[in-house]
Amino acid sequence: MASIINEASVGSPVSGVAKTKAVADESPWVRRGLIGLVFVFLGVFLVMPLAVVLSGALAQGWDVYAKAVADPDTRSAVMLTLWVVAITVPLNTIFGVAAAWALARFDFRGRSVLTSLIDLPFAVSPVVVGLAYVLVFGRNGWLGPWLSAHGVQVIFAVPGMVLVTMFVTVPFVARELIPVLAERGQEEEEGALSLGASGLQTFFRVTLPAVKWGLLYGVVLTTARALGEYGAVSVVSGRVPGEMETLTLRVDMLYQNYQATAAFAVASLLAVIALVTLVLKTYLGDRKDDAKPA
Amino acid sequence: MAILLRRANPLPGFVPATGLTLIYLSLLVLIPLAAIVIRAAGLSAAEFWHVVTSPEALASYRLTFGAAFTAAAINAVFGFIVAWVLVRYRFPLRRLLDALIDLPFALPTAVAGIALATLYGSSGWLGRPLAVLGVQVAYTPAGVFVALIFVGLPFVVRTVQPVIQELEIEQEEAAGSLGANRWQVFRRVILPALWPAVVTGFTLALARGIGEYGSVIFIAGNIPGVSQITPVVIVTRLQEFDYPAASAVAVTLLAISLLLLLAINGLQQWRARREGRG
Repeated sequence: MASIINEASVGSPVSGVAKTKAVADESPWVRRGLIGLVFVFLGVFLVMPLAVVLSGALAQGWDVYAKAVADPDTRSAVMLTLWVVAITVPLNTIFGVAAAWALARFDFRGRSVLTSLIDLPFAVSPVVVGLAYVLVFGRNGWLGPWLSAHGVQVIFAVPGMVLVTMFVTVPFVARELIPVLAERGQEEEEGALSLGASGLQTFFRVTLPAVKWGLLYGVVLTTARALGEYGAVSVVSGRVPGEMETLTLRVDMLYQNYQATAAFAVASLLAVIALVTLVLKTYLGDRKDDAKPA
Repeated sequence: MAILLRRANPLPGFVPATGLTLIYLSLLVLIPLAAIVIRAAGLSAAEFWHVVTSPEALASYRLTFGAAFTAAAINAVFGFIVAWVLVRYRFPLRRLLDALIDLPFALPTAVAGIALATLYGSSGWLGRPLAVLGVQVAYTPAGVFVALIFVGLPFVVRTVQPVIQELEIEQEEAAGSLGANRWQVFRRVILPALWPAVVTGFTLALARGIGEYGSVIFIAGNIPGVSQITPVVIVTRLQEFDYPAASAVAVTLLAISLLLLLAINGLQQWRARREGRG
């Protein structure tokens, strides 16, 4: 959602600042005070929660940690989470590319409405998403009787968990791609078409390479959110340990059962993934900005 | 809507791209959300009103909005300072802090939830010293507030940062050379350029805070009428299989989310016009 700020100013500080420091800058004491304040604020609200996860995971030593992570129920939670991601991410990526193509390349009536609709999942509480799917697919829902007559269970089963995860992560790829596509313009694509390339050739040879960093950025955000979704999944999950638990539900279950160390051990896996996501975001954010036409 | 669509571009792919977008969004997002509205509409007006204004529901709105609003306000002030310091000052660990700002986006809410509950719990690193001062955060409404500060932190920082980057330092220098002191430059030159971005970030944080569930429930205590947020009221009704009541409260929450989404869109269009003109 938020792009990492560009680093152009890091290597070469704006020359004007140095020259007129006394006028355009805060006094050294104000600077030091503000920097100190930022360290305290971010220390309390970001660093300490992260440190609690890691220290909680290792509170009883490495052996207990390794045992919690290697537990069969945790392993099946890893597998289920990977399944959810493996279905959600490709489908939402295809959707995001199509939506970005429609919205960044064509002007049509209803375009601004459609743009807002893509953002809608960001504004909906995860719990409300879960409820919506229970009302459509649940036993007393619209499709529930028909589905159960055909032996398909969606709610309190894996398909429901996949569907709500797809809902929650719908906007990411489209939101990253729309500005990138719009900014690039379409001269290159028109050129390729006029030279006889087909529409799909143009898309795969011209459009996709040009927006690949923005696309990857969107895919990383989608993956991170799909791995970590909790509220919506908890509403539609059957909560059968070892069978219907994603990693976040496993963390919840262990914590509620007073197995805090095991809960933090599983949580530490998710925290490490979150840190990797931050590194990837920073890297891809820089690449994305570099790729912008000057 | 599809009938109104009209292309205005020689590039191919309009019909499949728009068609896929419409069908996908309808099946995945619009129809399920419509199910909530239709289920709530099954209640009579009096029943609906009774459910959405029950004492438990009213207390949950007060807590949810009160905590989300206060947390967004705190984030507006501190987010502004964080963005300013990260863009304008050079100091050790700056890049690390900058990357860490997005942690609340990347860390699963349930993980944040158990971490905050432990941190502020009676034997936690912050909970114990706070208890000595007579302050209890975990399992009280204050816990909701703390969790929502965490969740909303990136929004103001990430909205304001690019605007500070674009500020023309020449304007500040000109004001300074005309005799304005730093505080006057801040109030008359910097703040007018930045406050629309701060308001946008505040609204984004508010919208996120109102719907937040995972990071709140572990630290809140969830006592009905005291420390129960609106999403928890919905889950409780759902677990009692009272689908109409769950839907009625969900419609209320959904309506407010939609209003905030419209406000955010309006703010962004207004900023685009304003910044385009300036």
